[in-house]
Amino acid sequence: MSKEKAMERNFMTLQFAAKSENESFARVTVAAFISQLDPTMDELSDLKTVVSEAVTNSIIHGYDSDPEGIVTITAEIVGDTVTLTVEDRGRGIEDLELAKQPLYTSKPELERSGMGFTIMENFMDEFEVSSEPGSGTSIKMKKRIESKKALYN
Amino acid sequence: MNLQVEMEHHRNILIVRLSGELDHHTADHVRMKMDETIQRGLTDHLVLSLKNLQFMDSSGLGVILGRYKLIKAKGGKMAVCDVNPTVYRLLDMSGLFKIMPIYDNEGHALSGLEVVS
Ligand SMILES: Nc1ncnc2c1ncn2[C@@H]1O[C@H](COP(=O)(O)OP(=O)(O)OP(=O)(O)O)[C@@H](O)[C@H]1O
Ligand SMILES: [Mg+2]
Repeated sequence: MSKEKAMERNFMTLQFAAKSENESFARVTVAAFISQLDPTMDELSDLKTVVSEAVTNSIIHGYDSDPEGIVTITAEIVGDTVTLTVEDRGRGIEDLELAKQPLYTSKPELERSGMGFTIMENFMDEFEVSSEPGSGTSIKMKKRIESKKALYN
Repeated sequence: MNLQVEMEHHRNILIVRLSGELDHHTADHVRMKMDETIQRGLTDHLVLSLKNLQFMDSSGLGVILGRYKLIKAKGGKMAVCDVNPTVYRLLDMSGLFKIMPIYDNEGHALSGLEVVS
């Protein structure tokens, strides 16, 4: 692979209503976009899982399941690295440190396990949350894809 | 809905086989189906087979932990079996194996639960 090729850039943006039926649409779409990097099955399922976590959080916590809410995902590929952002303009997070604790959930009555942030942190190389109470939350995550091709060469 | 729940009793053990995708969208359906059957009686213990589960996220963890609490409150035991590597990582991360055993297949899960019951 030539150097220019290695640093090639591609991106996409996806916007949809905060409805639970769009969760699978979101993860399948992101996975399809990323498949150009020829990821392994494990990498693909990690990426699908983190998209599902972030989108579900926006719907349940950001918008309290109000379908008027809008979730925006961007995916960017630079070389062999994927950067994902998942954003909502919902209620935001008061205490980020607390929210990121494994097993912490503000909605135990909905049988949430409080593992979403921990999963995103574990499945991705980089993970960052920014949030403003009353105006929304944005999650930014990065992962380097060890393409299947690279494994064979 | 891209999720199927298949249930079968083996004496007082309820075997639940999930196939498809378990996420926030499908979780309520699974929860309702399982609870309906558990409340009807006959069920002391629960084996959850994830052999044909193609996708699961933290919503699935919530469903599993919720059923565990329900079964445990009735004095029963719960186990999972046939877990694929990605789902395994999720279960491991959440500390689930500290509270319930995992088996390779349904047969082993059934004999495991029959020994303790
Ligand atoms: N987009 C968001 N908007 C507002 N609050 C959020 C958002 N994402 C997360 N939170 C807050 O952070 C907490 C922790 O999130 P996390 O995903 O780790 O757990 P959870 O969603 O409660 O449970 P699980 O993900 O296991 O179903 C949530 O309970 C919620 O209070
Ligand atoms: Mg969550």
